[in-house]
Amino acid sequence: MSKSYYDPADLRKFGKITEWSEELGNKFFDYYGKVFEEGALTAKEKSLIALAVAHTEHCPYCIDAYTKDGLQRGITKEEMMEAVHVGAAIKSGATLVMGVQMMNKVNKLEM
Amino acid sequence: MKKSLLARNNDLANTQRQIEILSNGIFKYELPTFANKIKETNQFPLHPNKLEILQLNLGYMCNQVCAHCHVDAGPDRKEIMTLETMNQCLEVIKKTGAHTLDLTGGAPEMNPNFRWFVEEASKVGVKDFIVRSNLTIIRANKKYYDLPEFFKKHNVHIVSSMPHWTRGKTDKQRGDGVFDKSIKALQMLNDVGYGMKDSSLTLDLVYNPSGAFLPGDQQALENDFKKALKEEFNIDFNKLFAITNLPISRFLDYLIASDNYEDYMFALVEAYNPLAVKNVMCTNTISVSWDGFLYDCDFNQMLNLKVNSTIKHISEYNEELLQNRDISINQHCYGCTAGAGSSCQGVVA
Repeated sequence: MSKSYYDPADLRKFGKITEWSEELGNKFFDYYGKVFEEGALTAKEKSLIALAVAHTEHCPYCIDAYTKDGLQRGITKEEMMEAVHVGAAIKSGATLVMGVQMMNKVNKLEM
Repeated sequence: MKKSLLARNNDLANTQRQIEILSNGIFKYELPTFANKIKETNQFPLHPNKLEILQLNLGYMCNQVCAHCHVDAGPDRKEIMTLETMNQCLEVIKKTGAHTLDLTGGAPEMNPNFRWFVEEASKVGVKDFIVRSNLTIIRANKKYYDLPEFFKKHNVHIVSSMPHWTRGKTDKQRGDGVFDKSIKALQMLNDVGYGMKDSSLTLDLVYNPSGAFLPGDQQALENDFKKALKEEFNIDFNKLFAITNLPISRFLDYLIASDNYEDYMFALVEAYNPLAVKNVMCTNTISVSWDGFLYDCDFNQMLNLKVNSTIKHISEYNEELLQNRDISINQHCYGCTAGAGSSCQGVVA
């Protein structure tokens, strides 16, 4: 049997984290549930944000969870991929904007 | 066009094989059986409440071969309700306490005596007379083009499947070209007044997920469907029913072939809602098969789980005796109790 740090079946056990710290675990899940309720943003918009963040955070459980969540909400694959691109754009932008620091340093050090 | 499981001699065309799969595997060592689950809330055995819906399956023949079909319907299915059985059904309709008559299939319109039966049944005056139309039948052949007018004449309530407001998702589940034909059929139904504001002609849509996932919130989906169909195709409809795909027949075949079966069953069990058990449709429905046998629901019919009663056939129908039965259950029943629950009329909790 192959071994991996990530087992997709572990996602089903997420709720069990409360067993070793009930109060904190419950507080987290209450908060988590509240965050994803309809509010100033729709639940669908929140699902797409979660999907994008799941990718930028490289969280395989979250990607599984929010891909399925999106399908359940009728979100199309085109919408999902656009959300992933938003995450990717911010990631690459965040990398590239560091280039300004590099440029500043070069300009300071070079004659 | 694809063929039915039966025509392909697929193992799962055998209902006993389906029940074996549902009764073993993960339900032997990891997940609670449905019976044990409802025992937790003292709801076992499940009994009927007041009978509200008489659902008649007029035959398994259909012009479509949908990937998720729990009936395993298709053009190659020849099971069709005979005139004799229809007459027996009419006698029951005259005396039943049910307020809703629900005709389904296959494509019920393909039964050669469909129109005669609708005319006769509508004379009895049930409160809600439903025909489950797959929409494309209206565009399948010229002889069906006048169906919207026919439905209107008999004040039939139309319930039609539409898995998504996009072509790709719809055609993937229901077959190439189904989306465009369905849109045209919906426009034809709107043209005679179905689904229109201030009209008494009701047009509801049924949403089934197009894959191994559960339906989302029914109201949110209805809002999205209404917006998309209105903006893109100027289509109006009344309500959307979100129905969970039950793990039987072709959908079970798909789940197993795509290695999604266990995850799907875990998802159903995890989403189990004891409040939905009170209102599952088997508690208010009798399902009649094309050959007149009686079942707790359409899904039990497809698994050949006949009613637990001395009354087994429409010819010996006795509502009072039938009300005393225990409802047949198995693990597929988790499909009707997940989340907000699921029935032919949409959510139940």
